[in-house]
Amino acid sequence: MNLVQISLATGFLLILLGLYGALTNRDILRMIVSFTIADTGVNVVLVAVGYLPGREAPILDTIPVAEAASRITDPVPQALVLTAIVIGLGVTALMLAYAYRLFRARGSLDISEFTELKW
Amino acid sequence: MNFTTRKAIPLVLLLLLGSVFYALFAGYTPDETLNRSASYYASQTVQDTGAQNVVTAIIVTYRGLDTLGEVTVLFLTAAIVGLVLAHSKAPKGRSGSGFLPSGELLTTGTRMLVPVILLFGAYVFLNGHLTPGGGFQGGAIVASAMLLMLLSDSAERFSHRLISRIESSAGLTYVILGLLGMLFAGGFLDNRILPLGSFGSILSAGAIPLIYALIGLKVGAEFSSILTSLEATEDSQ
Repeated sequence: MNLVQISLATGFLLILLGLYGALTNRDILRMIVSFTIADTGVNVVLVAVGYLPGREAPILDTIPVAEAASRITDPVPQALVLTAIVIGLGVTALMLAYAYRLFRARGSLDISEFTELKW
Repeated sequence: MNFTTRKAIPLVLLLLLGSVFYALFAGYTPDETLNRSASYYASQTVQDTGAQNVVTAIIVTYRGLDTLGEVTVLFLTAAIVGLVLAHSKAPKGRSGSGFLPSGELLTTGTRMLVPVILLFGAYVFLNGHLTPGGGFQGGAIVASAMLLMLLSDSAERFSHRLISRIESSAGLTYVILGLLGMLFAGGFLDNRILPLGSFGSILSAGAIPLIYALIGLKVGAEFSSILTSLEATEDSQ
């Protein structure tokens, strides 16, 4: 097992764990926490895919510019993950706000109390 | 549908997804070299943008339009959180939450720490083109100072007007800088409207530090407004 495999396995496990939690928990807050765990897993997988063995972070302070292309890891997934983290935070805040409204409407955070969309 | 099938369905779905993941995992071999776009970024970043941090160059310059969109998404989130929670706002002058008053330690600690945290946030977003960091991270740090202030004195509300002014002026300047890039340089959000400076110094990389500072202010203001609207909701019915 090298570094890439360990982080890929961790990321995939986090995604599965998060989805399992979101599918099986009845409490809305727990579902939100599960979604953030799955989100973290996706980010870990993306960063792991961008890692090239034996290379350094894409910051050219000690790496000479001419050798950059052969010595840095892929910067594109890192830029993507930076975006994904920020958007994930926004989505979490939004889910929490909706959860609050639902609680105010029903006095409960149990998903089985909300039957309007059930068929 | 009885109880056991209801429990089995998620497990079956996850098993299927897990086998897909396992196939991806087993067949994955890391690349030996960078792909074409990544090696373009690696070799051309310094020449094109003058930034040390390649990730920053991608976010602010090469993919600047996406970042503008991302900041817009964040603004939308803040606006929707405000809208959703607006119905349950605590009456003015009353503390939003029913918590006990914060203690001496928290109040004094906040007074001491908030300037330091704000300074660190500004440091992080001004050095985004040189070191790991940038507008989003710096903005989050600035917002954490705001969170500390909210915790220590929940009755004291920030002026919503100040937050929204900071946010809208930062967003407007960001777009204007992008348009200036169309007029004076290669395209929208091109950072070469300012001189690239000497590689590795704080005032280098053209407009990148300026744009990242604006993003930092905007993100910090958006997170702060999310926090204030969460804080300003009434707890008990």
